[in-house]
Amino acid sequence: MIAVELRKLFRRPRTWVTIALLNALPVLVAVLLALTDLAPRPGEGPVFLSAVLTNGTLYPLAALAIVLPLFLPIAVALIAGDSVAGEAQGGTLRYLLARPAGRTRLLVAKLVSIMVFVLVTVFVVAVVGYLVGRLLFDVQPLGGTSVSGTALSSTEIAWRTLMAIGYVAVSMLGVAAFALFFSTLTDSPLAAMLGALGILVASSLLFTLDAASSFAPYLPTRYWLAFVDLFREPILWRDVVRGCALQGVYVVVLLGAAWANFTTKDISS
Amino acid sequence: MLLGLVLPTSGTVQLMGEPMPKGARRVLPRVGALIEGPAHYGHLSGRANLALLDAAGPGGSRRTRTARIDTVLEQVGLAGVGRKPVKAYSLGMRQRLGLGAALLRRPELLVLDEPTNGLDPQGIHEIRDLLLELHRGGTTVFLSSHLLAEVEQLCSRVGVLDRGRLVLQDQLATLTAPTGATVVETPDPQRVRAALDGRILDLDAGSAVVRGADPAEVNAALVAAGVPVTGLRLQRPSLEEVVLAAASSSADRVDAPGERSRR
Repeated sequence: MIAVELRKLFRRPRTWVTIALLNALPVLVAVLLALTDLAPRPGEGPVFLSAVLTNGTLYPLAALAIVLPLFLPIAVALIAGDSVAGEAQGGTLRYLLARPAGRTRLLVAKLVSIMVFVLVTVFVVAVVGYLVGRLLFDVQPLGGTSVSGTALSSTEIAWRTLMAIGYVAVSMLGVAAFALFFSTLTDSPLAAMLGALGILVASSLLFTLDAASSFAPYLPTRYWLAFVDLFREPILWRDVVRGCALQGVYVVVLLGAAWANFTTKDISS
Repeated sequence: MLLGLVLPTSGTVQLMGEPMPKGARRVLPRVGALIEGPAHYGHLSGRANLALLDAAGPGGSRRTRTARIDTVLEQVGLAGVGRKPVKAYSLGMRQRLGLGAALLRRPELLVLDEPTNGLDPQGIHEIRDLLLELHRGGTTVFLSSHLLAEVEQLCSRVGVLDRGRLVLQDQLATLTAPTGATVVETPDPQRVRAALDGRILDLDAGSAVVRGADPAEVNAALVAAGVPVTGLRLQRPSLEEVVLAAASSSADRVDAPGERSRR
């Protein structure tokens, strides 16, 4: 069943168009930077962007930081929101369930395929970022500088980049869970995707509001940029761990809700 | 509800002796269905659609999959377009593909909702032949349609639904059994009345309905009296008349009549 869902996902042109578009912005930013040599000053603009002019191998991180706040969540919400609602809208859901695919099995397979999509997407962004970085910027083979100012060897940078990729993927699970839950509520993929995005926009907005500080630590977007902490010396684990735990809670609660709703739902479309 | 898509608020459903939706994993692989029209993934070929659907549930052996897909594409007449993406298919081709998906695991029971929707007359004839052939092979076909002609040609046992309730269920042959009268077609009905006085049940411009279940006897009587006869047949109620009579109990209905039949 999981293999079936993966085949469906990756044989769909839209999946690849989404991934390609997601890479367009970091590439554009890199080209602009390389042409003009005008990087934002340290501490301004997306993280890591100020450092890439001197060390192109940091560009994967800059690319992730560029797509993380908006583009990546949109892509994830698009795929996850479409997962069940898209089948319902197309009418294929009733044939899958009459096959019988089993509702719980179908939901699990959808979730796994979404997670694979998130991983593939984040990984592709990082790889493209790396290639672009190597191609357009100076490369310092001796590694780089941590955010804290100390030197890091290139193997250490590679390790920490991998961890950062993993952390960004985990951060997207909350979005995926929201979109999947909404996807079981409605027959419209668009509504499911916009619902998940609405939650994210609200979360980002509340995060900046002092009056909402009492529940700011529980907002789904709270720890998204904590992957920067992986490049401090020593690594500042606190927010990364909290970010993972928070995403875990969101995933468990929302998947539970999605399961409860989907397994007791009348499929009439 | 039969296929476990809609869950009953009360009561139980049994399909082939198994409770639904509890027994779905055991029963549904033996059932093929065409529900509310066909649905496929438009960007994939017909062949890929069938393969994915077959892989999505139990009872579809991977080893025989390609051969089974070939067989059903042949059966529904799509062997030549199996590799084209479904979005390039016409309505009739999609309908055929949906039927092919229902046949993929050689089901014992076929549940079909308007199977000839979108097909041209030749296509309808082809599908009817296919269904009759499957029936001879031992497959039960459960057909739901409001095309009464289709029901009359295909079904052996008919049920009529009126507002979600089964108001009538019987053999088609019983429902449309001769009424015991003979219809005489003649250019001169008044002379029929003169010849067979007292046996006339109904009379109009070109025909007369005469009591008597033996057309030969009626014919002999008419010919003896010199009445010109252009046609003679036993009177049978049409399925439409049966359905209208069965559903007439609720004259205030607002929805179109739905018939459900089975053979």
